[in-house]
Amino acid sequence: QESQASGLPEYIKIVEVGPRDGLQNERVIVPTDIKIELINRLSKTGLPAIEATSFVSSKWVPQMADHKEVMRGIERHPGVEYPVLTPNLQGFHAAVAAGATEVSVFGAASETFSKMNINCSIEESIERFEEVAKSARNMNIPVRGYVSCALGCPYEGNVIPAKVAEVSKRLYSMGCYEISLGDTIGVGTPGSMKRMLEAVMKEIPMSALAVHCHDTYGQALANILTAIQMGVAVVDSSVAGLGGCPYAKGASGNVATEDVIYMLNGLGINTGVNLCKVMETGNFICTALNKTTNSKVALASFSTGAI
Amino acid sequence: SSQNVVPTPVKINLINMLSETGLQVIEATSFVSPKWVPQMADHTEVMQGITKLPGVSYPVLTPNLKGFQAAVAAGAQEVSIFGAASELFTKKNINCSIEESLERFDEVMTAARAASIPVRGYVSCVLGCPYEGKISPAKVAEVSKKMYSMGCYEISLGDTIGIGTPGSMKEMLTAVMKEVPVGALAVHCHDTYGQALANILVALQMGVSVVDASVAGLGGCPYAQGASGNVATEDLVYMLNGLGIQTGVDLQKLMDTGTFICNALNRRTNSKVSQACCRL
Repeated sequence: QESQASGLPEYIKIVEVGPRDGLQNERVIVPTDIKIELINRLSKTGLPAIEATSFVSSKWVPQMADHKEVMRGIERHPGVEYPVLTPNLQGFHAAVAAGATEVSVFGAASETFSKMNINCSIEESIERFEEVAKSARNMNIPVRGYVSCALGCPYEGNVIPAKVAEVSKRLYSMGCYEISLGDTIGVGTPGSMKRMLEAVMKEIPMSALAVHCHDTYGQALANILTAIQMGVAVVDSSVAGLGGCPYAKGASGNVATEDVIYMLNGLGINTGVNLCKVMETGNFICTALNKTTNSKVALASFSTGAI
Repeated sequence: SSQNVVPTPVKINLINMLSETGLQVIEATSFVSPKWVPQMADHTEVMQGITKLPGVSYPVLTPNLKGFQAAVAAGAQEVSIFGAASELFTKKNINCSIEESLERFDEVMTAARAASIPVRGYVSCVLGCPYEGKISPAKVAEVSKKMYSMGCYEISLGDTIGIGTPGSMKEMLTAVMKEVPVGALAVHCHDTYGQALANILVALQMGVSVVDASVAGLGGCPYAQGASGNVATEDLVYMLNGLGIQTGVDLQKLMDTGTFICNALNRRTNSKVSQACCRL
């Protein structure tokens, strides 16, 4: 009732990226059994989507080398999706063989970032993804598209909204059911978020949009609030704020799922997620990684003995 | 509320550096009894030691008439009084009821009016209380109205334990704005649950144009050990810059000031903007 009155979505889908984006960007390489337990615990929190792993070459991303074992080892809860990254057709085939039923492809709104990250131009990457999308369509496997550097690039600096809209449109047209717009280095603010979404929403229906905000400059929740005020109803986040920023040493990266849910609960928006269970899961993985949580809600709750 | 007692010269240097950043208001010290707040025992020396830049205000806390008189004697030209929207918090914090606290403040108001000294009013626990839990927006509006009617030129609404969200911020402001004009309102958000910037954004959207913040996010939460407290001024200015909102504040100078005080306190900054830029 409260969320309706304010024009906000009634329900927001949280896409949990901790096991992939989070662990990939942590310094420690996490043992397979810990990864599996993390995902199993997350499956019990009510989260509707958990990005499980990445079928990228272990030469490039050693932290995700155990993708097959993880995929085969996790409990698959009904009603929960376990998307995996597939950078190309080879990765896609391996993912499907390992039991994946949803995949993701990663584009970027910056040519330099695309070159530095996956060693090809945006156009070349789109061609690769089209191959994946075509195979996926034949097998009825949904594909989610990510657009990195939506609010700024570590190499190019400013990124124009029209470019983000253009790349998003290419991914959407090839069959991606959802486009997750990523503020990869967390430089965005409510101002740049609004301008970018306005441009993208001209090309893509709002219901097919998600935001993936990094908290490197502390702006994530304000940026997410702006996005949901504009009607976006899918938000990516990472339990305990796992995953630092590879472009700013020591700086934070992903926004913490706990902090997002706390805000959405306060707004009267339904997520289906149990905050306590997420905090407990965060506690588990932080203990396993021997690190302090990046979630302020978890920090405050543990301090006051609420958990 | 930092753990160690900070040496007076460090405090003075901090305030002087802040004065150079373009900030228009810098809360300098507190004329409360050193028995209660030892970190502020050097209030007179600080007040007399700082370089006061023209166009910058240096308000100080004055819990009662005695503190007010000491503040004025030390050169203060603006004072603040601290009320609360929670009876239990008032009892635990200053050992009296809300009504009694307002009577004490009335004495300060009378003296301040006579001396032409502006008074800022703070209301604590506006979005929740560490003892009472939920706080009704109507109560916040009631206390704010009383303090405004007494003559406070501005009311700073404090989310003392950082528990608020954009939802409760909106509800509270809607109630308060019925009683106090938005031009006289400020928000003082704590970041204990990471909600501060989102809460501030909502307040701005509702017309509030005065925001309290603390360089480097200094000041933990006394009610949740290890948890964060004040929102970092750097992170706030970063957001406002991105929104195209003028503040007159130089972010780089602010970050340099944050670096200075963190080194002096031998601690990490709580500002994410600083961490990202300076690897501190």
